[in-house]
Amino acid sequence: MADKLVADKHVRYILMAEKKKESFESVVMDHLRMNGAYWGLTTLDLLDKLGSVSEDEVVSWVMTCQHESGGFAGNTGHDPHVIYTLSAVQILALFDKLSILDVQKVSSYIAGLQNEDGSFSGDMWGEVDTRFSYIAICCLSILKCLDKINVKKAVDYIVSCKILDGGFGCTPGAESHAGQIFCCVGALAITGNLHHVDKDLLGWWLCERQDYESGGLNGRPEKLPDVCYSWWVLSSLIMIDRVHWIEKGKLVKFILDCQDMDNGGISDNPKDAVDIFHTYFGVAGLSLLEYPGVKPIDPAYALPVHVINRILFTK
Amino acid sequence: MHGRPRKASKPEEEAASAAKAVKLRSLQSQFMKNHHDKIYTEEAIELSTKLLEINPEAYTAWNYRKLAVEDCLSRIDSDPNLVNSIFDEELRVVESALRQNFKSYGAWHHRKWVLSKGHSSIAHELKLLDKFQRLDSRNFHAWNYRRFVVELTKRSEQDELQYTDDMINNNFSNYSAWHNRSVLLSSLLAQNADGFMPNERIPDEYDLVHSAIFTDPDDQSGWFYHLWLLDQTLNVETPLLTSSWPSHGSTIILSGAGCLNGSSSKFTTFCSESGSFPLILYFDQAVGGVSSSTVTIDSELKGNEDLVWEPISYKNSQVSCVWVTHLKYVSTDLCEYKVKIRVGNSPGIVSSRGHNFRAPYEFVFTAHVHDTVKDSQEGIVSWTDGFDIWDAKSKDLNSLITLDQLQAEIDFKWRQEAIDSEVECFGILSDSKIGKLTLARLLMAREAMVSDDAVKGVRYEEILQLYNDLMALDSSHYQYYKDEHSVAFLHKMTSSSESLSRHLFRYRGMNNLVCLRLNNLSLSRIASVEKLLFVQMLDLSHNELHSTEGLEAMQLLSCLNLSHNRIRSFSALDSLRHVKQLKVLDVSHNHIGKHSVDTTRYLCSSPLSNSEWSQDDVGRQNPGLVTKYWDAYFVLRDLNLKQLDIAGNEISGNEFSSFVLQVVPKLVWLDGQKLGN
Repeated sequence: MADKLVADKHVRYILMAEKKKESFESVVMDHLRMNGAYWGLTTLDLLDKLGSVSEDEVVSWVMTCQHESGGFAGNTGHDPHVIYTLSAVQILALFDKLSILDVQKVSSYIAGLQNEDGSFSGDMWGEVDTRFSYIAICCLSILKCLDKINVKKAVDYIVSCKILDGGFGCTPGAESHAGQIFCCVGALAITGNLHHVDKDLLGWWLCERQDYESGGLNGRPEKLPDVCYSWWVLSSLIMIDRVHWIEKGKLVKFILDCQDMDNGGISDNPKDAVDIFHTYFGVAGLSLLEYPGVKPIDPAYALPVHVINRILFTK
Repeated sequence: MHGRPRKASKPEEEAASAAKAVKLRSLQSQFMKNHHDKIYTEEAIELSTKLLEINPEAYTAWNYRKLAVEDCLSRIDSDPNLVNSIFDEELRVVESALRQNFKSYGAWHHRKWVLSKGHSSIAHELKLLDKFQRLDSRNFHAWNYRRFVVELTKRSEQDELQYTDDMINNNFSNYSAWHNRSVLLSSLLAQNADGFMPNERIPDEYDLVHSAIFTDPDDQSGWFYHLWLLDQTLNVETPLLTSSWPSHGSTIILSGAGCLNGSSSKFTTFCSESGSFPLILYFDQAVGGVSSSTVTIDSELKGNEDLVWEPISYKNSQVSCVWVTHLKYVSTDLCEYKVKIRVGNSPGIVSSRGHNFRAPYEFVFTAHVHDTVKDSQEGIVSWTDGFDIWDAKSKDLNSLITLDQLQAEIDFKWRQEAIDSEVECFGILSDSKIGKLTLARLLMAREAMVSDDAVKGVRYEEILQLYNDLMALDSSHYQYYKDEHSVAFLHKMTSSSESLSRHLFRYRGMNNLVCLRLNNLSLSRIASVEKLLFVQMLDLSHNELHSTEGLEAMQLLSCLNLSHNRIRSFSALDSLRHVKQLKVLDVSHNHIGKHSVDTTRYLCSSPLSNSEWSQDDVGRQNPGLVTKYWDAYFVLRDLNLKQLDIAGNEISGNEFSSFVLQVVPKLVWLDGQKLGN
């Protein structure tokens, strides 16, 4: 049972993972290194340790992942996709280096992926998912070119994925899932359209994700609690002002219990192996729960509040 | 890492892992070379197959395969056998990848891509889906793919409904099946398909879902389906007018600014410097299209043609439950005017779900324009002294149009029978959480359907007790039940003029403003606002409110006391921007500035990311402070406050106070002190 956040150990875990590129686990995730970098770096910033990495090294590697189409790949040599484009933009935002981007190029890549019905494809191969709607909106908002897409149609498409239990799925008719809910609620939040959300109905669905015993949150009914839902569910609850419907203290305890107190890192539940993904979501969750020593994170953009304010409050 | 236990790895494990990594690394670099050089030989494609077998998440490999397929197709002469064999190979690779990881987005999408190329053996697809759904009935990828196949093959909704029947009968604990059922049924009910009339179908569905809930009350699979059924039962598609101000049959006194000539009156008094008063329409659901052509005013009050109606909503939205216009009057024309309002005079008022406001509804009220004496001093408003009791007449209170008044139109009988039957059923589950919660919701729904005052209010005690029980039984969700308790409490309080009048007073200091006292009631949530549109002074102090959500409809509100609550930020007060009459606001002793996480930032309508960061004089002179206090800036600058209390908050202090004085230059009283000229 853990009673505190071993921040230093997590910082060390992240910095070492960055270097351990040749383990099998790392090679298998080679294609999503851009995501991994975003998770690791944001965690470092939340723990006020972003200075521990070489900004130049990271930024120049990020730029090697940009494709001629303007989109970014998960790693050098791979194909571009919006998922990695958002992570790349988020990483540059962390370092306040958005100015090195050819904004026109990146935004055109994303805007070009909007379909007739307002939905977004992930890349040229046409997979449609509300995750990509969120990604497009979040990314273009950071780059301040939301006007390059048809926002109204994008919103209409997201609303068409709203389901009868108040939640959202990946496509119209699909089941509610906390990850998709975060994406749809986040997109609606950023575009000022949260009035489309039935906050009480969705709020109840979300607060019922909390497991009575462990205090952890699951992603949908009758599933096991998992630290990553501390982000997807929690940020959604915060955006719709219903976070008081869960018991925050119990959730904090669950996240802390998922730490590896010796080697650092956080896992999906206390028994499993740690990884960067869950380390980020655990720390981000603690940030939303106002845990001391963790900087506040914005629930819609998934970036530290000071980074978002820096972007939004300047012309 | 899901499914990987946490344990220190032994050296031989690390060595094996390193060896595997080297092999994979080499495979990946070879693949990359083929991909970049656009090599689509059999050997190269086989390499990508091997790669995907080890790592189905390598998305670039799936892209490569699509390019390889397109390349092959372009080189053969559309011999159907060759084409099919190419596609079959792709499907085989997908299947083997799915066996590795049946949640792989890349694999599922590749399969859809192959099928959309026109290659389909539907029987095979459904068989494959059946296999995966047996392995994991909650695999949403499989369900999504199923929907894709169903659409491609135009399988009927009735057949798919039967499939959900099979899955549910196999195992009640299948949220995914229930979900799909609700989607299919919604569509069939909306189409009025054969055998799918709500009054017959919904009661059957209640029986079905009972089996899930009563078998295992802790299993959530049936809960949301039941809630959906409840919504189907209660949801009247046609929008209705719930209330208005002024209300039907009421009398109001209008005057210019200043003291009324004469003492207390039994009617609501409205003083206006601008010579206009609000007319509020409150609908039971969000509607659009309220305008001077769909709502007509018939009166001798001059200057009221072509009135502009505004929805009280977020700035982006053209629909709202609450619509307001302002009727002009001349304060020197001391006269009595009858005003007749006809709502839905012509078609055009439409709910956000697309249903028309059908029957035109007419209401009439009387407005007396009275004389005033110019008053020189505007004293500070006190929340403790200067109050008289006021007897509310039931006519002066808003009348609520309840469902049973429109029986014929909305097929009321089956709805009430369904609710009564459910109430009886859930009485049995009274010890479980879901039993109590559902019962509370059913009783609340039933109260809303009844209009007879004698019967109303009787079951509220039971509802409140259920929520008290739930707060103890399921303490993790204490605050949820607390909020519901507050809502039920307010419904109860506004259910009769007797109970309401116990909280009503008149404030002598401001022309006998109607004051509602709801202080010290442990309220965590605001509700029943549609019945409180006539309130001009509201005391909500010493409660547990963290937001003013709901108060935007109270267009007559000029004084509001929110001291000693749990307000965390000015963004939580955003709804007050719509309350243009507000002159006196007390938010002292709250939590403003105490928390680093803002839970109402995205609910407020101030321009943040994508719109202009508009700057007026204050913004230009103090960009730093406007950034620091952006939410206070937007709320305060839109109001014309005369009196403000902010002491006892973390944000209070010299810097914030001087900022406030810049944003609200006409402020007269700050924290009880009169401001110098």
